[in-house]
Amino acid sequence: MPNLKDLKNRIASVKSTRKITKAMQLVAAAKLRRAQDAAEASRPYTERFNAVMAGLASGAAGSPSAPKLLSGTGSDNVHLLVVMTAERGLCGGFNGNIAKLAKTHAAKLLAAGKTVKIVTVGKKGRDAMKRDLGDHFVGHVDLTEVKRVGYVDAQNIAKDVLARFDGGEFDVATIFFARFENVVTQHPTALQVIPAQFEADESAEAPLYDYEPSEEEILADLLPRGVATQIFAALLENAASEQGARMSAMDNATRNAGEMIDDLTIVYNRSRQAVITNELIEIISGAEAL
Amino acid sequence: MANLQFDLVSPERRLASLEASAVQIPGADGDLTAMADHAPTITTLRPGVLSVTHSGGVDDYIVIGGFAEITQTGVSVLAERALPKAEVTQEMYDGLMAEAKEAHATAQEIFKNEPGPVDDAAKLISDMVAIGGHIGLTASN
Repeated sequence: MPNLKDLKNRIASVKSTRKITKAMQLVAAAKLRRAQDAAEASRPYTERFNAVMAGLASGAAGSPSAPKLLSGTGSDNVHLLVVMTAERGLCGGFNGNIAKLAKTHAAKLLAAGKTVKIVTVGKKGRDAMKRDLGDHFVGHVDLTEVKRVGYVDAQNIAKDVLARFDGGEFDVATIFFARFENVVTQHPTALQVIPAQFEADESAEAPLYDYEPSEEEILADLLPRGVATQIFAALLENAASEQGARMSAMDNATRNAGEMIDDLTIVYNRSRQAVITNELIEIISGAEAL
Repeated sequence: MANLQFDLVSPERRLASLEASAVQIPGADGDLTAMADHAPTITTLRPGVLSVTHSGGVDDYIVIGGFAEITQTGVSVLAERALPKAEVTQEMYDGLMAEAKEAHATAQEIFKNEPGPVDDAAKLISDMVAIGGHIGLTASN
């Protein structure tokens, strides 16, 4: 039977934990709104970009002179996995889910005899994958200092990836991130960025464009930017997902803490009553003995 | 005269969405002005000044990288970086200038015997200088 002082301390400690989780939940809610706004603001660009790229790509896909970023290197032996996670924990299964998806993907590729190289974005993903796949790490991008992901961050990651591609380090690049659906659901997603795949919108009939300079030159100019655009969109989705996951995780934690406080308070009250009863019995039996 | 729908978006935000009568675009192969019923065209951009003429006057934007999609009824400009002219300060301009010069220096280092990338970077610098001339800021050496 725990003594009263211990119980009291325990209750006080759970109470302060609840205060912290509550505060984190509120902060996550505010950040989530900002992250969603940022994702919203980037959508017109991404959508238009992909639409134009889809049109260009479908025209160039068949030709033998198509850029490597579109047609691939001709083999798929070396895979680069760009795993994007958060810099911080305490956000439920967010980091774990992305890492798990990437791990399964890597295991499948390794089983098929392919070479896997991994670039991690965000500290938590690196930590989660270090034990199993640490030998495959080729790079890490630290965003700890970045308060709000900007296009520049995406460009830097893209630059790194493209430099490796130009250097012949890999054939296929896939990015891993969590697509934001709502506060409680985020879907870990794998998206192949090199060779580029664009979903062509068949319903909209594209007018026949004049291209200035030539179609090939535009494609060559835009494909690297497309990688940056996709990475940027993924980073924004990730940022929103992270805050959403943290919000619901902290909401759960706050509720659990509340339940725990209620339980502990009942135990505390019972024990106190037991102590009082005991004392009374002692006094009464003492008096009777006289 | 018929107007066209003008949209200017960068990855981070939508800068403008309005009815314009004419849009002057700094295309990679030279400036072009789009008006209603322009032939559908897609052109890449060089760093430069984009000016939009609409009922309220003329708006100037600095655009860097990206492309413009012109259809008969509208113009969408997707710029990697875009700023309203009024928001560009000397400091910002110096930063852009420094970036261009750095790109030039690295290009010279990496591609010693290939003129292509070095020339591209040199052109970037001259484009930047031209922007400066247009918006009344001077390039410091």
